[in-house]
Amino acid sequence: MRTKTSIPIPGAVPTLTRKDFTSDQDVRWCPGCGDYSILAQTQRILPDLGIPKEDFVFISGIGCSSRFPYYMNTYGFHTIHGRAPTIAAGVKTANPDLSVWVITGDGDALSIGGNHFIHLMRRNLDINVLLFNNRIYGLTKGQYSPTSEQGKKTYSTPMGSIDNPFNPISLALASGATFVARSLDRDPEHLRNIIKAAFEHQGTSFVEIYQNCNVYNDGAFFMYTEKATKAENTVFLEHGEPLVFGKDNDKGICLNGFKPEVVSLTGGTYSNENLITHDQFAEDRTLAYFLSRMTEVPGLPHPIGIFRSVEHPCYEGMMTEQINTAKEQMGEGDLEALLNAGDTWVVE
Amino acid sequence: MKKQRQPIKEATILFASDSGDGSQTIGTQMTEASAIAGNDVATLPDYPAEIRAPAGSLAGISGFQLRFSSSTIHTPGDICDVLVAMNPAALRVNIDKLKPNGILIVNIDNFAPRNLRLAGYSSNPLEDGALTQFQVIPVELTRLTREALKDTGLTQREIDRCKNFYALGMVCWMYNRPMDYAFQWLKEKFATKPQYIEANTLALKAGNIYSEATEQFATSYEVKPAKFAPGKYRNIEGNMATALGLVAASQKSGLQLVYGSYPITPASTILHELARYRNFGVKTMQMEDEIAAVGVAIGAAFSGALGVTGSSGPGIALKAEAINLAMIAELPLVVCNIQRAGPSTGMPTKTEQADLLQMFYGRNGESPLPIIAASRPSDCFETVYEACRIAIKYMTPVIFMSDLYIGFGAEPWLIPKVSDLPTIDVDFPTDTNGFEPYLRDKTTLARPWAIPGTPGLEHRIGGLEKADISGNVSYDPDNHENMVHLRAEKVARVANDIPPTEIFGESNGELLVLSWGGTYGAVRTAVENKQTEGGSVSHVHLRYLNPLPKDLGEVMNHFNRVLIPELNIGQLRLLIRSEYLVDAVGLNKIQGQPFHIFEVESRIDELLRGDV
Ligand SMILES: Cc1ncc(C[n+]2csc(CCOP(=O)(O)OP(=O)(O)O)c2C)c(N)n1
Ligand code: SF4
Ligand SMILES: [Mg+2]
Repeated sequence: MRTKTSIPIPGAVPTLTRKDFTSDQDVRWCPGCGDYSILAQTQRILPDLGIPKEDFVFISGIGCSSRFPYYMNTYGFHTIHGRAPTIAAGVKTANPDLSVWVITGDGDALSIGGNHFIHLMRRNLDINVLLFNNRIYGLTKGQYSPTSEQGKKTYSTPMGSIDNPFNPISLALASGATFVARSLDRDPEHLRNIIKAAFEHQGTSFVEIYQNCNVYNDGAFFMYTEKATKAENTVFLEHGEPLVFGKDNDKGICLNGFKPEVVSLTGGTYSNENLITHDQFAEDRTLAYFLSRMTEVPGLPHPIGIFRSVEHPCYEGMMTEQINTAKEQMGEGDLEALLNAGDTWVVE
Repeated sequence: MKKQRQPIKEATILFASDSGDGSQTIGTQMTEASAIAGNDVATLPDYPAEIRAPAGSLAGISGFQLRFSSSTIHTPGDICDVLVAMNPAALRVNIDKLKPNGILIVNIDNFAPRNLRLAGYSSNPLEDGALTQFQVIPVELTRLTREALKDTGLTQREIDRCKNFYALGMVCWMYNRPMDYAFQWLKEKFATKPQYIEANTLALKAGNIYSEATEQFATSYEVKPAKFAPGKYRNIEGNMATALGLVAASQKSGLQLVYGSYPITPASTILHELARYRNFGVKTMQMEDEIAAVGVAIGAAFSGALGVTGSSGPGIALKAEAINLAMIAELPLVVCNIQRAGPSTGMPTKTEQADLLQMFYGRNGESPLPIIAASRPSDCFETVYEACRIAIKYMTPVIFMSDLYIGFGAEPWLIPKVSDLPTIDVDFPTDTNGFEPYLRDKTTLARPWAIPGTPGLEHRIGGLEKADISGNVSYDPDNHENMVHLRAEKVARVANDIPPTEIFGESNGELLVLSWGGTYGAVRTAVENKQTEGGSVSHVHLRYLNPLPKDLGEVMNHFNRVLIPELNIGQLRLLIRSEYLVDAVGLNKIQGQPFHIFEVESRIDELLRGDV
C-alpha cells in the first residue's frame, strides 16, 4: 500500500506538470470567481505530491464548487448534493491506495450534507476535504448559507437571515477531525502549502478555504484577503510560534482568563513570552478549538493556517487490519465450507 | 400407563411467550431437530413491536410457528395443531390460530389473577369453559422447573429462565425428537457459563421425562422424513441466504464485497451476518444513515468493488436519489429491499409487499432498473446472486426484493456446489486505445467499468446528463432523449438473459395465478391443492419483475383469467394490466400477515366457479 509520507522514489512516477492535471473541459465559473484560483493551485501542487495521476480521485457534491472534478484530468465523480463524503468513504475503503479528495461548498457540506460531514470527520478515513466557503449558495443564485452571518439579506431573506451560522473549523474539531486548517483563495502560496500539508496528513484532512463569490457575495472575505486590511485582520498560525500579527508584527494574542485578547507588543508591557504559542500537534483539542472561536469575536484577527494536525489510526487501515486478523484466526474464507457450515444432512 | 405412538403426516406448533422468554430459541431448536430428522420444515417467527413490553402484556408476546412434514411443504401452515402458551397474554393473542381439538399446553403457574388482568381476561379461560373445544394440557411449568433445578445453585430468576427448555423437552417427547442437537447447541451457546449448560440440559431432560411419566400426555407422534431431492441440506433463514448469496457473488466474481447499511428491521440481520465474514475480505460499513450507506456502496462500485446496500422501505426511500445517481452513472450496485408493512414507519415487525411501485417508480426522471424478487427463504441465495450478476454484466443498479416473512422464515436448503454457480465475468479495461467512458457493449449496452488506478483511463462521471459515448456533461436536447432511451433499452435487454417462464400445471386453461415474492408458498400450495381436486388452474411465480419475461404475455394469453394475489392493494396487477392490457383480477391482503393457503384457495374457487 502507498504511504503518503514516504519519500517518492525518483523515477518511479513520471514527472508531471500542471497541464497533466488539466482536463479538456471548458471551465464554467463566473469570471473572477475565487474557484479559479483554488483550481489553479490544486493543479499546480498535485505534480509535486509524488503519486501517479491515475491514483487521484476527486469527488464532489453539488454547487458551483462541486464542478471542480470536471476540470481535473484525474478520476472524478460529481455526485449528489451533500453526499460526496459518503461516496468518497466508499472509494477509500474499497481501495485504500487511492488519493481521495472531496470538493464541497458551505451549503453542500454543512446544510444538506452536515450529517455526513461530521461523521466523515470522526471516522478519520485518509481523505482530504476542501470546503469552498463563500458564505452563500452560488449555484442556486444567491440564497444565504449555513455560514452566512446572521442578518444577511439575500433573495430568500429580504429582511435578513435569522439563523446563526456554523463555524466550520469548530464543527470539524468538535467532530474529532485530526487535521483542520484554513486558507484563502487569494493567497496562492499559502493555499498550495496547506493543500500539500492536508495531503501529507494521514487521516481526514479538513481545509476551509475562504472563497470569493463575486456575483452573489462579493468581498465577503476581503478584510482577510486584500493587501490593505489582511495583515491587521488575520493571524497566520505557525507551529511553535507565538500568535503575532499586524502590518509591523506589532500585535499579539494573549489569554485573558478564558478569552483571547489583542495586545500591543510596542508599549513594553507585552512581549512574545506573554502570547499564546501555537501547538498544532497537541492531542488535546482545547487550544485548536479556542483558536477556532476567534472569528466569532469582533475585533480579533481570523486565524489562518493549521489549527490541528494529529495522527490517529485511519478507518480503512483498521478495516484492513480486521480482515487480516480474521484471515489469521479463521483462515482465508472458503466459500464451499461457508455454504456447508452449520448443521447439515444428506439425502441419498 | 401404556402410551400410544401415532404416525401423522405433519404438524404445526406455535410457541408463544413474553418476548425474551425464549420462544424464538426453542422454536429454532425444534426446527433444527425436525430438519435433521428429515422433515420438510417451514417457520414463521412473529416478533412483538416492543422489545420488552411489560411482562405478561399483549404487546409483548413473541411467537414462533413451525410446521414440519413428511411431504414437501411451502408454508409454515395456516392453523396450528399445538399451541404452547406460557402465559394468558400468549394464549389470548394466539388462540385463534389453534385448530379445533388442537392441543393447548399452558403454564398454569402464570395464570394468577394479575396475569389474567394484564391479558384482559375478566375470568380465567382455563376455568370458565372458553377452551372446551381444545385438548388443554395444564402444566405447572414454573414449579416443575424450579423443582428440577433446585440443586443447581442458581438463583430463582436464573432457574425461571430455563422454563422454555422444560417446555421444549415436552414437545420433543410429543414428536419423538432426539434432543442431542439441543444439548450441543447449549454447549456452544453457554461455552463460558457451564452452569447454564447444566441447568438448561436438566430442564430439557426433566420436561421430556415428565411427559413420558404423566398421564396428561397419552400419545406421541411420529412424522416420517420427507422425500427430498438427493444432496446435502441445511436449514436456512432468508436473510442468512441473502448474506451467503452476496458472499458467493463476491467470491465467484473475484470482487471485494462492500456492504453499506444502517440498522432497520427486517434488514439488519443481513448486516450482522456479513459482518462476520471479514476473512472473506467482506467490508461491512454501518453508516450514519441510509443515504451514507448507499453512498459508500456506490463509491465502492466506482472503485471496482461489488457495492451492495440493504434496507427496508423507509430506508430505501432515503436512498432513492443516490440510486438514481448510480443509474445515470451506470455503475453496478445491488440494493436489497427487505420489505415490511408501510406506509411510513408502518408496522416494522410485520410483512408486506407494498414497495413494488416504489422500486419501479420512486425516483425522479426516467429511471428504469432491473428488479428481481426472492420467493422463499432459500431462494434468497440464488436471487441475490442473480442480482449481482445482472448488475455487473449490465453496469446498472439492480433491486433485490425480499420481505420480512421470507427474510426471517427458514426452510431446508439444498446446498449448491460452488462450481455449479453461474460465472460472473468482470472486465476492467486497461487499454487506453479508443477508450470512451460511455462507449457501450453492443449486446448488453453496458459501458466500460474503468476504475481509478488504471493509467490513462482517467475520466469524470456524475449525475448531470451525459453526452453519448464521451460521457461529458451535455444539455443537448436530442442527446438527452437518446440517452433516456439507451438507458431504458439497456434494462430491457436484461430480458434476453432470463429463462423462459415456468408454468406449474397445464400451459393453458381457465385460470392462471400469477404471483411474485414471498407469497410463493401459500399460492403454490393452494394451486397444488386445487389441481389435485381437478381445477383448471396453473401457477406462474415471477422472479424477474423488471424487465418481465419476454414470453409472459403469450403465457397469459392461454388462460381465460389471470389472478394476481398480493400483500398490497394491487401493485403487480397495475403493472400487468398496463403492460399487457390483460384484465387481471386480484386477491389482496394488507394486514401485515402472509396469505393463508385457504384464502388463496377460496379466491381460486370463486374464479373457477365464475362467481366473479
Ligand atoms: C437534493 C438537492 N437539493 C437542492 C439542490 C439545489 N442546489 C444545488 S447547489 C445548492 C447550494 C450550493 O451551495 P454551496 O454548497 O455553498 O455551493 P456553491 O455553489 O456556493 O459553491 C443547492 C441548494 C440540489 N441540487 N439537490
Ligand atoms: S456564482 Fe459565485 S461561486 Fe458560483 S461561479 Fe459565480 S462567482 Fe463563483
Ligand atoms: Mg457556497
